[in-house]
Amino acid sequence: MTTPLVEMKEISIAFGGVHAVDHASVDLYPGEVVGLLGHNGAGKSTLIKCLSGAYRADSGEIRINGDRVQIHSPRDARKYNIETIYQTLALADNLDAASNLFLGRELVTPLGFVDDDAMEAETRKIMGRLNPNFRKFKAPVKALSGGQRQSVAIARAVYFNARILIMDEPTAALGVQETAMVTELIHELKKQGLGIFLIDHDIHSVMQTCDRAAVMKNGKVVGTVKIDQVTEDDLLGMIILGKCPPGAIPGPGAINPEIAAA
Amino acid sequence: MSDTAVSGPKAPAARSFFSALQLDTRLLGMIGAFIVLCLVFNFVTDGRFLTPRNIFNLSIQTVSVAIMATGMVFVIVTRNIDLSVGSLLATCSAMMAMTQTIVTPEWLGLGLNHPATAPIAMAVGLATGLVIGIFNGWMIGYLGIPAFIVTLGGLLVWRNVAWYVTNGQTIGPLDENFQLFGGINGTLGATASWVVGGLAVLAAFYVLWQSRRAKIKHEFPVKPVWAEFVIGAIITVAILGFVAILNSYEIPGPRLERMFEANDETMPAGYTAAYGLPVSVLLLIAVAVVMTLIAQRTRLGRYIFATGGNPDAAELSGINTRFLTVKVFAIMGVLCAISAIVASSRQTFHSNDIGTLDELRVIAAAVIGGTALSGGIGTIYGAILGALIMQSLQSGMAMVGVDAPLQNIVVGIVLVVAVLVDIIYRKRTGD
Repeated sequence: MTTPLVEMKEISIAFGGVHAVDHASVDLYPGEVVGLLGHNGAGKSTLIKCLSGAYRADSGEIRINGDRVQIHSPRDARKYNIETIYQTLALADNLDAASNLFLGRELVTPLGFVDDDAMEAETRKIMGRLNPNFRKFKAPVKALSGGQRQSVAIARAVYFNARILIMDEPTAALGVQETAMVTELIHELKKQGLGIFLIDHDIHSVMQTCDRAAVMKNGKVVGTVKIDQVTEDDLLGMIILGKCPPGAIPGPGAINPEIAAA
Repeated sequence: MSDTAVSGPKAPAARSFFSALQLDTRLLGMIGAFIVLCLVFNFVTDGRFLTPRNIFNLSIQTVSVAIMATGMVFVIVTRNIDLSVGSLLATCSAMMAMTQTIVTPEWLGLGLNHPATAPIAMAVGLATGLVIGIFNGWMIGYLGIPAFIVTLGGLLVWRNVAWYVTNGQTIGPLDENFQLFGGINGTLGATASWVVGGLAVLAAFYVLWQSRRAKIKHEFPVKPVWAEFVIGAIITVAILGFVAILNSYEIPGPRLERMFEANDETMPAGYTAAYGLPVSVLLLIAVAVVMTLIAQRTRLGRYIFATGGNPDAAELSGINTRFLTVKVFAIMGVLCAISAIVASSRQTFHSNDIGTLDELRVIAAAVIGGTALSGGIGTIYGAILGALIMQSLQSGMAMVGVDAPLQNIVVGIVLVVAVLVDIIYRKRTGD
């Protein structure tokens, strides 16, 4: 078997005595979409923020391509080609698409000044590929629709050659057509060999998009399943009861089958 | 910064002339309001408002507040506020005044009006402003104390540090070279003013040409050539017109005679000389250019606006927003020191009440100039225009003979109405 792109092992993080994530382990292979499921507050966003550099784990280790790495900031994460698309759309509303796409990694002229024209040209190129209907290059992103804003966020990940993409409910704020566009984009990126962590509440869309799913409950991993071996009801059972279906690899959060049977 | 050209393609055909020019409508509105204001005052005062002499005075009166207002734009854009700028100005001014009246002449034994005095004093003032600014920024960024509280405390602290340093005394007269930055005591004269004006016109055309070339290189749509030239012509008329007005303000005869006497010469009969551009106005222009460059062409500026627009997004993009806060307040501190040079040398001495209420004038100038208190939006030129409008209003009313309490009432109302107009404008244009 090939080396996993990402291995997160025994990650724990606590906020003031509350164990938000408790010895959670997940992994991700190239060209694979892994869904992270669970209730609000189950710890999936917190776990993934340890990978994107927004939080720092109290204990546990992260391996990228088999090498142990330290990720202390979003900048570190970018160094390992990890890009994140946040639920809250981490865009600066007052800036235009190009400024957002290059935020923190601006193209500069030889004198060290920000090169707006070059960035706009690059933005036009990449948006032409991802979302040919995109026209509003000069307007602040506040003036864009949810789907257009999401495509700016995705363009940011694609432009900087992400190998590992984290999507935190990428379709939560979108309409039907825009959701379809994002789903199509995920398939496209998967074909290019990216590994994608997808955090989502919509089980139906997880069944369509993901190859595997890891379910979390109360900060612990209930289990990991292959999507084509389970039904929607199996996933719901994992999310709500913490009950692992047959064929799943149970985690520390799974309820003991004997107790469940009793 | 990014609110230009949005309305371009949407504009109806009747406005195609203006849309081809791609000018910032907000800027046009402010300039329009300013011109109307000037014309009204000029009418009411029977033409005394728009005389070369009054325009000269207005310019040098605006400089101190305008310089600080450019820094306040960055402070407000990052969702902070600085209530201590007036007090900071006083502390910097006190430090510089003590340096040039006690430290250099007595402790260092350089005597009065030594050529090294002014540079040493300014270095002390700038260092004072920088250190206090960094300290403020550190408390806000790293200790997490709200900017409102830190600078409200600073308003009291630095005002009284200035008092303590000088024992509350008026310190003066200041060094002669230092006074060159005050306005009337430091002007370029007619010839040098024309040269500076000419260079400014050349620079403006160079910037226009550069930006057009860059757009063509990336195959972006460009304005028609005639539109570029119309804009160039407007800029040329504005710059050279300003120089011409200042050059037509002549130094009064008796004052000229005294100047010749000071050099042991006699004034030739019928000799006249103009004041020309004040050094303080050149200083303001330099500050404006540098601050605009920072705002629009550097990463620092980009991060300032990004942080103001969405602090979380900025943080997640790898921007160190805490250190950014320190930088913003450090810039503000240095600008307060520069304003302190201008303000104290304009009155030729340091007084205990220098800069009192300047924090309100500076914040008002930035806000009237279109800086949004919710963060993320603001321009340097807007703040300078805001300062100019405030100063024109104040001195115009004084000239008309409006009672002092009524003057302040009007200024207060104008501030509130200006913000209301701005809110309505933003809703209409969707910016």
